[in-house]
Amino acid sequence: MSIDLSQFFDVFFEESFEGLDAMEAELLNLEPGTEDSETINTIFRAAHSIKGGSGTFGFVSVSDFTHVLETLLDQIRDGQRVLTAEHVNLLLKSVDCVRGLLSALQAEEEPDLSESNELKARFEAILGDESPEVVEAEHSETVSEALQSTTYQIDFKPESHLFKTGNEPLYMFSELAELGELEVNVFHDGLPEFLEFDPEDCFLHWRFFLTTTREEQAISEIFEWVEDDAEIKIEACGGLFEDESPTVQQASVPEPSVSSNADNLETVQQPPAQSENATNNEQNQQAEESLAAVQKKVESVKSNKAESRKSTDSAATSIRVGIDKVDSLINMVGELVITQAMLSQIGDQDITESSIAALQEGLTQLAHNTRDLQENVMRIRMLPISFVFSRFPRLVRDTSQKLKKQVELKLVGEQTELDKTVMEKLSDPMVHLVRNSLDHGLETPEERIANGKNPVGTVTLNAFHQGGNIVIEIMDDGKGLDTEKIRSKAIANGLINESDELSAEEINELIFMPGFSTADSVSDISGRGVGMDVVRRNIQALNGSVEVTSKQGVGSTFTIRLPLTLAILDGQLVQVATHTYIIPLISIVESLQIDITKVSKVGKGLEVLRLRDEYIPILRLYDIFSHQGAREELDKTLLVVVESDNYKIGLLVDDLLAQQQVVIKSLEANYQKVDGISGATILGDGTVSLIIDISGLIKLSGLRRPGSTELLVDLKGEEAEPA
Amino acid sequence: MIDQVEVNQQLMFDGESDEKQFLTFMMHDEEYGMDILAVQEIRGWEPVTTIPNSPNFVRGAMNLRGTIVPIIDLRMRFGINAIEYGPLTVVIVVSVKIKEQQKIMGLVVDAVSDVYSIAEEKAKDVPDFQDSDNAYFVHGLVNVGQKMVVLLNLEKVLDLSDKSGLKG
Amino acid sequence: MKKILAVDDSASMRQMVGFTLKKAGFDVTEAKDGSEALSLAKQQGFDAVISDVNMPVMDGITLIRELRSLPNYKFTPLLMLTTESGLDKKSEGKAAGATGWIVKPFNPDQLLAVLKKVIR
Repeated sequence: MSIDLSQFFDVFFEESFEGLDAMEAELLNLEPGTEDSETINTIFRAAHSIKGGSGTFGFVSVSDFTHVLETLLDQIRDGQRVLTAEHVNLLLKSVDCVRGLLSALQAEEEPDLSESNELKARFEAILGDESPEVVEAEHSETVSEALQSTTYQIDFKPESHLFKTGNEPLYMFSELAELGELEVNVFHDGLPEFLEFDPEDCFLHWRFFLTTTREEQAISEIFEWVEDDAEIKIEACGGLFEDESPTVQQASVPEPSVSSNADNLETVQQPPAQSENATNNEQNQQAEESLAAVQKKVESVKSNKAESRKSTDSAATSIRVGIDKVDSLINMVGELVITQAMLSQIGDQDITESSIAALQEGLTQLAHNTRDLQENVMRIRMLPISFVFSRFPRLVRDTSQKLKKQVELKLVGEQTELDKTVMEKLSDPMVHLVRNSLDHGLETPEERIANGKNPVGTVTLNAFHQGGNIVIEIMDDGKGLDTEKIRSKAIANGLINESDELSAEEINELIFMPGFSTADSVSDISGRGVGMDVVRRNIQALNGSVEVTSKQGVGSTFTIRLPLTLAILDGQLVQVATHTYIIPLISIVESLQIDITKVSKVGKGLEVLRLRDEYIPILRLYDIFSHQGAREELDKTLLVVVESDNYKIGLLVDDLLAQQQVVIKSLEANYQKVDGISGATILGDGTVSLIIDISGLIKLSGLRRPGSTELLVDLKGEEAEPA
Repeated sequence: MIDQVEVNQQLMFDGESDEKQFLTFMMHDEEYGMDILAVQEIRGWEPVTTIPNSPNFVRGAMNLRGTIVPIIDLRMRFGINAIEYGPLTVVIVVSVKIKEQQKIMGLVVDAVSDVYSIAEEKAKDVPDFQDSDNAYFVHGLVNVGQKMVVLLNLEKVLDLSDKSGLKG
Repeated sequence: MKKILAVDDSASMRQMVGFTLKKAGFDVTEAKDGSEALSLAKQQGFDAVISDVNMPVMDGITLIRELRSLPNYKFTPLLMLTTESGLDKKSEGKAAGATGWIVKPFNPDQLLAVLKKVIR
């Protein structure tokens, strides 16, 4: 039977990576000396499963390496060896190493064995070299078979309990028969008196003569499982049987068997040259055959490769869904079907006043069902943020060791769920922010003690839902941002003028400016040539925001805000001339009619509205989007005040239309990026409506963010003149 | 001019598959052709949603069974004066690979004309091509009977980021 | 059709064993640990059980011991999947009542070949 093992690879990789994550998490929990057996067991099991799977699926590089890991863990588990900090470090490194090997294999690349070999050597040094031979033996099992026949005499005398081990002599004998020519003699001299006869016991014993080209090992393998439950004697015999058991019931061995045996012996005794030739020929033929087989395999591997490459790509887009989520979906679809049946029943009848009421009720029901269904379908894509958080214990451990800082990592709200696609894109910015906190935020233990702080610094990752957003905070209790230093650096880098008066908040904002992070601030930990501007850009690309609050000497908090999903948005439909646009509801602060007495003009004709104690710049959407025929009089229009990047602006629209959830579609996919537009959607009537990208709009309008050298308007604007 | 000759020679020699099918359409009394394999469907003109600040030849975006598809007015793309859309006006929806990305777009043309099987050898005749500005979009010229058909290079026509073929 | 219960905490191994056996014409039920396997085995009869040794909740040795003590599984082939480093597990397993063992790593053909010794 040929079974294509590659069909199991995806599952194997998935569970192996999960196993490695579990190993890593448990290892990080381990304090040598206080380890409990269940933790060690979990780690062992993970390593064991990876080894078993990789061996089975032919990933020798992984199974060879995990073998030493497993051996060490086994010894620790059995109490033969005491776990040391060195072991933990080595095991953690191994987790990375195996992860690397598996990733390479998954991507169909040749894994780099240098690290695993080095680690393996270190494990072997610890183990004192016991293991390699065992592995060796396993591999050399397929020695070439002897081609000549031998006759074996096999005595098999099982103990009475044989059946109770689940073994079946009949099947074993069939196996024997498959090895060659078999002659069976049964002895029933052990049979008890009828009254003592227990049908569950075995009283028979057997003698076989097997003529086979296979080695003795093939025979002993068949009896391998019953070695301890029977007397088994396997002997190669010559042409004659000297010692015939007196208890043989059957007449002595038939002639043909013996003669064939003799024939075989003769062949062997023929001139060696010829026989060698024959053997060589046969071996050559065999070699050729195996080459062909290998080539075939190579072919199939190649085609598998092509296939599994496809599947690797698709693996990235698959998710595991809890059965409860699927069940609730099925329930909802059930309800939807009922509603649909009800509606179609109404549709079949003549329309009367009462049926209209029923219809309305049905439609309400339908709306309800649809929303439920939508929410639940969205939930399928939702995963707990622990998937991202889980990588940080390790990162913090390694980084703090490197920096010689003492750090405690606190994870809060790990079960907070968010969309898988958002999660994937969140990981890198978060790593950057955490590294930044460790590197620049937290002080060394000495500094902390000198400042009267606990020498162990704390970094807290906190996730929670707020409205339709997920908020992730990265807090440290370090020294906080040094506003003076940031200011002077920003001046040096030409981001601000020396004369600019900026609040502490505005100064802190500067770290997100492109060009702030310069070469001399790049360190091994948080540098890597990526600045905070990239972090912010990546998060903004997800329709999110990142901001920082900081207090000198007390610590900093970076707050990331992201929509829960990238697929759906609560939108406010607005009308601009004849066009309908959508403003994300999440960014709307308020909508109001403009009191024209509070509108002033500043700078180069920019209108600002004084709203309570703030000045809101007014952006005329029709103007920015170059639409004709919109209402231009401020008192006949509406102002939608929106907020983005801590920045409030008012969008001038003709009218507010409905609020509704819209499915976000890409405009870029078939067209190109449009400034001020984040995407499109299809409205109920089938027409396309464009979704406004607030921060893009701010850029498009020519307004600058705080901290820029060209502030068009001072929005704290004391000097704003009445228009 | 030289470019054109080369293009036509390429048209002559490449590919043993002698016949290729082209969908032709009318615009400003000229007949243009495009590889029929790129054509997804042909539909009547319907109002579209304006995309702000887009070039004038981009009429807007349309909902094509859930996909947002930009609609290009080919007259304007070629710098030919616009006309009122009438009952013959059609949108040819094409799928073209532009810079490694498969894109679906709609092209507004005056009317569809015909489908021709054109043998590559027939593209030998290279009459003088007057409008040199638009030569950039042209893959080659062929004679079908008495008519001349301008075969378009859709990738260039629809690469909106590429301004080199644009007038003014 | 002979029914086999395949027990392994690793999904890929379970799938591989299950798939191989199904292709060979067996009716296969899968369980992810010993305790799940035990309750399945109590609910329905199996003609053979193939179980991994190292599993959470209930390990394979315990499972075999429990199964062997059930009247319905007195003569049933109970096979364990072990690795070469688990040699001592073999005797432990035998003592618990295992019929035999299959050494990991193995490929589908090896699995079927070995299985022929106890179930056909």
